[in-house]
Amino acid sequence: MKLKLNINNKFYNTNIDGDESLLDILRKIGFKSVKKGCDTGTCGVCSVLIDGKPTLSCQFLAARAKDVKITTVEGLGKQADEIVDLIVSEGADQCGYCGPSLVLTTYAMKKELKNPTVEKINHYLTGNLCRCSGYEGQLRGIKKYMGVK
Amino acid sequence: MMKFKEVNHSIPKVDGRGLLKGASAYTDDLAVDSALIIKLLRSPYAFAKIKTIDTKKALKIEGIECILTYKDVPRIPITRAGQGYPEPSPKDKFILDNYVRYVGDEVAIVAGTTEKVVDDAIKLIEVDYEVLEPVLDFEKAEGNKSVIHPEKEIYSMFPLGLDAKNNIACSYMDTMIVGDVEKTLSECDYVVSERYYTHAQQQTAMEPHTSTAYIDVQERLNIITSTQNPYHTRRIIGEALGKPLRDIRVIKPRIGGGFGAKQQVHNDLFTAIVTLKTGKPSKCFYTRKEVNESTFTRHQMRIDIQLGADKDGNLHAFDMHILSNTGAYGEHSLTTFMVAGSKLLPMYNKAEALRFEGKVVYTNKCSAGAYRGYGAIQANFAVESAMCELAAKLKMDPVELRLKNCIGEGESSPVFSVMGEGGEGIAQVMESCKLDYCIERGRKLIKWNKKYPSKQITPNKIRSVGTAIAMQGSGIPLLDMGAAVLKLNDDGFFNLLVGATDLGTGSDTVLSQIAAEAIGVPVDRIVITSSDTDTTPYDVGAYASSTTFVSGNAARKAGLNMRAKLIEEAARALHVVHKDDVIFEDCTFKIKDSNESITLKELSEGLYYKFGADMKQLIASGSNTSPKSPPPFMAGFVEIELDIETGKIDILDYVAVVDCGTTINPNLAKIQVEGGILQGIGMAMYEDVIYSKDGKMLTNNFMKYKIPTRKDVKKITVEFAESYDPAGPYGAKSVGEIGIDTPLAAIANAIYNAVGVRIRSVPLTPEKILNAIKNK
Repeated sequence: MKLKLNINNKFYNTNIDGDESLLDILRKIGFKSVKKGCDTGTCGVCSVLIDGKPTLSCQFLAARAKDVKITTVEGLGKQADEIVDLIVSEGADQCGYCGPSLVLTTYAMKKELKNPTVEKINHYLTGNLCRCSGYEGQLRGIKKYMGVK
Repeated sequence: MMKFKEVNHSIPKVDGRGLLKGASAYTDDLAVDSALIIKLLRSPYAFAKIKTIDTKKALKIEGIECILTYKDVPRIPITRAGQGYPEPSPKDKFILDNYVRYVGDEVAIVAGTTEKVVDDAIKLIEVDYEVLEPVLDFEKAEGNKSVIHPEKEIYSMFPLGLDAKNNIACSYMDTMIVGDVEKTLSECDYVVSERYYTHAQQQTAMEPHTSTAYIDVQERLNIITSTQNPYHTRRIIGEALGKPLRDIRVIKPRIGGGFGAKQQVHNDLFTAIVTLKTGKPSKCFYTRKEVNESTFTRHQMRIDIQLGADKDGNLHAFDMHILSNTGAYGEHSLTTFMVAGSKLLPMYNKAEALRFEGKVVYTNKCSAGAYRGYGAIQANFAVESAMCELAAKLKMDPVELRLKNCIGEGESSPVFSVMGEGGEGIAQVMESCKLDYCIERGRKLIKWNKKYPSKQITPNKIRSVGTAIAMQGSGIPLLDMGAAVLKLNDDGFFNLLVGATDLGTGSDTVLSQIAAEAIGVPVDRIVITSSDTDTTPYDVGAYASSTTFVSGNAARKAGLNMRAKLIEEAARALHVVHKDDVIFEDCTFKIKDSNESITLKELSEGLYYKFGADMKQLIASGSNTSPKSPPPFMAGFVEIELDIETGKIDILDYVAVVDCGTTINPNLAKIQVEGGILQGIGMAMYEDVIYSKDGKMLTNNFMKYKIPTRKDVKKITVEFAESYDPAGPYGAKSVGEIGIDTPLAAIANAIYNAVGVRIRSVPLTPEKILNAIKNK
């Protein structure tokens, strides 16, 4: 079926099958920042923002995406820089495969969490798995972004 | 402490910003849209023989380009393990075979234009299996009536103790013996003699194994792949396909984690053969289910230990006997097993009677392969648990027992020369060893003297501390070789070409820092490329904690050579007779006692545009191999809170004090340790590869195979000892693996200190803890 998608405030016309995931379609269109890690909605590396909310694109049918605003890390532009720099300055980017989704989710978290604490941050980001960093370095950077001591 | 300009500084990773902002950089990002999709028909049985296989119906599906069965592929036995050469693993694998040896083993390779047509075709392949009795219990594998490798072609390139008819992939007996173990044990005041089990663990790199292949304009096979060792991959593919290596190029792009998982060839074999057969680009991207079921896990081990000490706590006898499970194929079977001895026995070098032996058996389970820690973590659980059991018998503080017996600076162990990885080793003296400092400092940081052994917090909850120490290596002496090439460009910057394989570890950054230090330029003058078998020099790849030490020394040598060439050319340009009169600093060449100078940029412009007959390309290279493999050391201390009603434990703090020599990039070194510790905690507490009774892996996704999340650890504290190893680049040793080794034993020891029960098999689940408390 034909589908018009709003990705990072630009419209893309594409052809999809009814059972295709948003993840697969985004990668087909060329948004390679959206990664595939598990196929079962359990690792978080395919996270995008749908109307500003972090969403697992592997569990979201592309066909459902026709009236929503999709944001990938490419769409954050300079707004990603502060998060990126804080993680990178801790060396916590490591293999980077979970990185774009972590940056997006952290961006959404700052907008959503009113009184952030370490516990709230860790809870919000639990679904973003990372196997390299042990999370501590990422947390050091993200705490600074969230203004948590 | 030595001061450096470029190394020992925490600069950001050179690729970090690009990766986090979503650059197309990983294998699947780089595959062309037209690439044929490859999937595998996999065995539903743990052990079976294919009687007939019919692909006619499947081939009729529109869009199917190629279906290959064992009849269509070369029958050349290989090992998929990316190690040295001659390979220390049995050659027991064909691209496809008429026997399938575990649930998930490959039956047919199917390639088509879309995932859907390939899925449809796979369902139409008709296979008639003769189902055979599988061997699922590794303790019953040896001599079992089911012979997993009956094929006549199986062989090893040198004697490994391969005995296929008895399901033995390799064995190592009657060799690593020092002194008289039995006699010494009989004379000891205290002896611990116990059996420990460690289970399989999944590496779970976030990027699944991915490979894509195409034919280039020179009609050569090009493979882009998520590999830790491009050169070994090229060699193995060449061998499997019977092709000369000159016809194959292997490119490593960015890699989404490895931890050993990508130290072997998996789907490259399938993309290579499909692209060669069809002439078309192809790609194979494993599902998480395939990653778990059909790549490699950690080797499961049974470890029997005897430790003997006198009444003062001096260790006299150290005896280890191991049975290891390599699963269906024998990749890394001998070497992981030997590391279990070679990284543990020398740590307690005061014992005069030593023995290490054992066997590695085949079973009808997923193959075991490389995984961070590589045998050392398994043995560490056993040895470091046994040390605490010994301390309990001696009524001695386990920290004191370790301080009394551990290896120190300037000391050695006979084990280094007797046993290496896969064969004899090389004698070594510890030129840097701050293990005693690590133990003392860790004890202070965790507040051991206040907290040991335990404290009741509430009627249900007890807090306690536990400890374990570890050593690893820095590459494999005189087997691992890495090389680096530096090329000067106009504008005064350098390309650093390395075969070393950054898989997210930060080695591109670390090697750039080392090369910059050696040349004497800021690191932003270095542009690194890794790794491509056509354009970058040889390197064994990223494994055995080798890159910083082995490849780092190559980058240093290349840098020093480049510096010498630059000074020679600057002397010519400045008309200086003695090169020693040229001073190079701040990217400018000056003459001693003169105002004349030329900048690096001006020199490079001259060499490429202006110096007439003296114009030339400056290239310098460095290769490195070393008879030394200076071990990094670590002391791990954990504080846990144990709920005696549920058996649940929480990790409150994990303290690591590490001696890895100079930290080339302290931030990156710290993350290596933190990441390693959390993987170790996962293995210690809940990660477990579980099979059904007929051999199907049940933990084949992240729902069933739980890895640690952000909520699973409260605090990890990492410090580095001030240390400098003269053999390392600017004093550095390795740091990639050492972090993972200690959590298993440290947590088991903390459980003992909390409730007095000893659990000798990991994972240390609440169920086991609760049962142990009840049966106390």
